[in-house]
Amino acid sequence: MGVIRRAGMFVLQVNPILCDGFGHCAELAPELVHLDEWGYPIIASDPVPMADVGSYQSARYAERGCPRQALHVAKVATPVPITNVDVRPPTTVSRGRRPL
Amino acid sequence: MIEAHTLPRLFAGATDRPLSLAHHEEVFQPDGDVANVLEELNASGLIGRGGAGFPTSRKVELLRNQRGHKYVVVNGMEGEPAAHKDFRLLSTNPHLVLDGAEMLASMIGASRIAVCVARDNPTVVHHVEQAIHERARRNLRGPGIDLHTPPWRFVAGEESALVHWLDDNESLPQYRPGRPHILRIGRGPVLVDNAETCANVGLIGRYGAQWFRSLGTDDHPGSVVVSVTGAVQRPSVLEVNLGTPLRAILASAGADTSPQAVLLGGYGGAWLRGDQIDTPYSNDALAAHNLSVGAGIIAVLPRQACGVAEAHRVVRWMAHESARQCGPCAFGLPALAEDLFAVLRGGRDGVVAIARLQERCGVIEGRGACRHPDGVVRFVRSSIDAFAADIDDHLRGAPCAGAQSKQRFLSVPTLEHEEDLIWE
Repeated sequence: MGVIRRAGMFVLQVNPILCDGFGHCAELAPELVHLDEWGYPIIASDPVPMADVGSYQSARYAERGCPRQALHVAKVATPVPITNVDVRPPTTVSRGRRPL
Repeated sequence: MIEAHTLPRLFAGATDRPLSLAHHEEVFQPDGDVANVLEELNASGLIGRGGAGFPTSRKVELLRNQRGHKYVVVNGMEGEPAAHKDFRLLSTNPHLVLDGAEMLASMIGASRIAVCVARDNPTVVHHVEQAIHERARRNLRGPGIDLHTPPWRFVAGEESALVHWLDDNESLPQYRPGRPHILRIGRGPVLVDNAETCANVGLIGRYGAQWFRSLGTDDHPGSVVVSVTGAVQRPSVLEVNLGTPLRAILASAGADTSPQAVLLGGYGGAWLRGDQIDTPYSNDALAAHNLSVGAGIIAVLPRQACGVAEAHRVVRWMAHESARQCGPCAFGLPALAEDLFAVLRGGRDGVVAIARLQERCGVIEGRGACRHPDGVVRFVRSSIDAFAADIDDHLRGAPCAGAQSKQRFLSVPTLEHEEDLIWE
């Protein structure tokens, strides 16, 4: 059994040229997609955390259920947040015994 | 040798005939102290003149790191009906543009150059053809130059549509999910640059970055070719120093110096109000008004014109020029044009339409494969801001005198039937 990793983010992307407005994606992933007045999908462009398993599942359903294959779940490489990094020049490490 | 601090640069030695290769070499004699064109280009800070305002050196750097059979594409399509600069440049001195294209080709290691000119303009096609033949006769070393003539459409000059034409004979924009995206012909990476950008590279390659930066501002160096149209005595193409006040440019074109508004950056651009025309004409100064130089289009709207009527005409034509590939553009832009027409007629329909217009702008923005719908949205939003008083009058049922008169100032081509639109 491997460790299931839910790290990272994903974003559902639509190829607007391929999309013909069938509207299956809004049925399959209602939490990510809603339709405009002409029936074309509006998808928020900000990434969704992979830990949101329900959203990820429905994004995959929408990707597979699109009759024009216009949808694509893209994994977003989130940069590791750099915090607590000491920017001072390294001090010389004393090799002597540390006082107890 | 052209002295620094002087204009014209790109139009030096211009006559009503295109310069021959011998004459061109006489006018633009190399300075001789340019060792590395790539370093000079990086130091020059040249910003692309096609409208997007992307630094040319970054594009070149991106393409240098690619492998394969590379191409340089010179974009002389001039999709904007208000622009005439590529036409003017290619029929004045095509060799300067071709020089720049050859320098770009040697920088990225490209083996072919494609010069793209719309086939609806046979004069330019002829001039460019002559220039290419002249070079072939001289048997100059370097990459082969081909002339391509796609059909003239507004979006055909968009870089991905142009590459799509070269690749597959269809002038339709392509889907590019991540940016920066490398466009390809077959498998070969392509560098697309505007004709004016190429001409500027040609100058930088001869005289160096320091010479180039002697004109313009620090963030936006060099000179720019502007097309002044609208309410002007002489619709003209001028080469101006970047950072010149807009009022001086308008005065030299014989334009109305107290206009209602000035449209900058073409039909996907935005309006500058008439009381702001003392702004210097460069990207860093215009950024304060959320504007940019774009493709160097200045369209002047006089006081007697109706801004709403003009905006409606432009948006209707832009909607017609959509490639009809993406739903939000194919259906959204005609909807915007209809809303603007309802505002123009005024009354209760107009009040509903103005609210719907704002909402639809937000829905359409950023959902096309290319930037065509975004440009129209920008234009509509800016029109609503700039002509707010005018729109109020229309909604009250008291339209301005300009709406009733038949005179219109922005040049918009006649709409063709949808079946007659040629994309290949």
